[in-house]
Amino acid sequence: MSNGQSRFHVPTPPFRPGDAPDFSYLNLPKAGTARRPDALASWRETVDLATGLVGVLDHNHQAVGDWDPRLSPELMREGLSHMVLTRIYDERMLKLQRQGKMSFYMKSAGEEAVAVAAAMALRPTDMVFPSYRQQGILFARGRNIVDMMCHCISNSRDNLKGRQLPVHYAWAEGHFFTVSGNLGTQFPQAVGYAMACAYKGEDRIAASWIGDGTTAEGDFHGALTLASTYRAPVILNVVNNQWAISSHQNIALGDAPTFAAKGLGYGLASLRVDGNDFLAVYAATQWAAERARKGGGATLLELFTYRADAHSTSDDPSKYRPKTEAGLWPLGDPVERLKQHLIGRGEWDETRHDTLVEAMTTLVVRSYKEAESHGTLHDGPLSPTESIFEDVYARPDWRLRRQRQDLGV
Amino acid sequence: MPAMNIIQALNSAMDVLLDGDPDVVIFGEDAGYFGGVFKATDGLQAKYGLDRVFDAPINEAAIAAMAIGMAARGLKPIAEIQFADYIFPAIDQIVSEMSRIRYRSAGQFTAGCVIRSPWGGGIRGGQTHSMSPEAFFTHVPGLQVVVPSNPYDAKGMLIAAVESGDPVIFFEPKRIYNGPFDGVPDKPLSSWARHPKGEVPQGRYTVELGKAELVREGSACTLITYGTLVHVAEAAAEHCGIDVEIIDLKSLVPYDIETIAASVNKTGRVVVAQEAPRTSGFAAELAAQIQEECFYALEAPIFRLTGWDTPYPHAHEWAYFPTRDRMIRALKTVTEA
Repeated sequence: MSNGQSRFHVPTPPFRPGDAPDFSYLNLPKAGTARRPDALASWRETVDLATGLVGVLDHNHQAVGDWDPRLSPELMREGLSHMVLTRIYDERMLKLQRQGKMSFYMKSAGEEAVAVAAAMALRPTDMVFPSYRQQGILFARGRNIVDMMCHCISNSRDNLKGRQLPVHYAWAEGHFFTVSGNLGTQFPQAVGYAMACAYKGEDRIAASWIGDGTTAEGDFHGALTLASTYRAPVILNVVNNQWAISSHQNIALGDAPTFAAKGLGYGLASLRVDGNDFLAVYAATQWAAERARKGGGATLLELFTYRADAHSTSDDPSKYRPKTEAGLWPLGDPVERLKQHLIGRGEWDETRHDTLVEAMTTLVVRSYKEAESHGTLHDGPLSPTESIFEDVYARPDWRLRRQRQDLGV
Repeated sequence: MPAMNIIQALNSAMDVLLDGDPDVVIFGEDAGYFGGVFKATDGLQAKYGLDRVFDAPINEAAIAAMAIGMAARGLKPIAEIQFADYIFPAIDQIVSEMSRIRYRSAGQFTAGCVIRSPWGGGIRGGQTHSMSPEAFFTHVPGLQVVVPSNPYDAKGMLIAAVESGDPVIFFEPKRIYNGPFDGVPDKPLSSWARHPKGEVPQGRYTVELGKAELVREGSACTLITYGTLVHVAEAAAEHCGIDVEIIDLKSLVPYDIETIAASVNKTGRVVVAQEAPRTSGFAAELAAQIQEECFYALEAPIFRLTGWDTPYPHAHEWAYFPTRDRMIRALKTVTEA
């Protein structure tokens, strides 16, 4: 590593466009090999898990090892259904964005298990502080798809009155906090929320998600400090999808072994988890939730996954990484892996899968038609113009009243 | 009514709030056991327990974020930032998050909380313990920004701030914590016990946010200011031989345009005073608004009396600070114009 002389160093990704990706350097441990400590074990019991990998589904799509959450086939089919819906919804919205129906879009392709499995392992009343790529939580919590679309096309039925970019959802009824566009701000907020739940003597917990790149933000470290200091009932998720727009995860990781390992220095239980393995994400979230609810404090989960598509509609990933990377990702695709697991158990088949895809496609297409009947960003109707002066404060002061008059609305 | 200084009045406000509402929690660096470096939270942890009044790690962004998260769950946090100069690490959480939670969620979530912070100069604090950063926050939709100038207002405004339901940046003029300051350096400190606003009721009361107060009536010139400079202004008025009308602004956002306009329309001459550097300071906002409202009543250019466009100096503090003598010169300039 060193030739005895200090040298200016900037890390580069393992592969850039034109390279043939080879992920063997990752040395990922096999599914089923990770120990499962008691949920209230000391953080020291997670040291090897923070640099290892919690995995359940093996290369033959069998559930193996101590972390198998032993879910019922019904629950797994429900999870598969939410993931399929998330993917179809994303595809459809992307297409509509390209047709100019909305200003912007962000898919969660390849990362559906991270959001869906976590949401299903949490209680519906646990508070979530997501980033912009956990739309799967909304599907798992049963949000009306038409409402989601009305937000994305900023029409008259947008529950955010047209104030937020698409996918920056907020849904109080579903205990889904307002998504920021600034990175990582929600991480320490989630800790504060969790502390308030504990203060009030509730057994609700909070969970938050950021990306690998955002761990470089001060708010990541602030959140971990608060979570450790106050033993807050919170799950702090780092979705390591390898890429922060065009920057490889090593720009944020530096020479640290894993993102999960960063939690150990704060005295937090820390696990690295196969984020493309629905059962592993479910099991790890369930473990962390039990720990939080029983007074064991916070857990840092690194969900090891791959962002299979662009960061957003504003970038072209072929400009900064090989096109073949996603297909070669050694942890596969979360939808395909859960589907094959269910098929292997005789609980699913291709025909049923095709029927599911068809039903979800129909649902999404029909929902969009209905959403559009409430207006679109370009053609309206939008929320009333005067609504831009609402909700700045509980009550508008003279400045806002006058400015509304100045605008003539 | 007992005489209190501003620290005691703030302490009394927090005592009343903690006692009356289990959702009120207080935290900050050294704010728990030690009671804060200026002792504003002195004795409150002992009285109300570790859960209600506690120490926070030295991370202002995390302190602000914790307040946001707690407020979203229905608590009423009062967070102390040890010096206003230290608030900048929290700027993203305050400016991009706290101020907009209500707006960006269309009212589904709110972040009503109070950030208390010792503010302003006059204590030989040098560049990192003397700043008046109010204009950074008055520029932010969704925040209320207030600066009390005496013990009575400090208590009543803090209670009103906590009960307002929206985030409030509550700046405390630390030079006058223990007694009013007339803007003449190096004189012995006078006591709040001899000031009418040093009389503070023990129980709960509020002083309405958004309302200014005419603290001296006059006909020749309107002097608008807030915080420590209210007392400098009163001293200047006593010594300049000009019939000055003084407005203690108290709330910067929203500010009381009616009281300002009524006075300016009467006097036709205005000095706006702030400790902060001049360019893009809050005085500029007031000057602009006054000329929009009262242009035809004005008989002289509006005078901005401010700190200089330099960092706050240590050794030459009194060359920077708008002292009584500078204020007298400003009043003469405006009334002789």
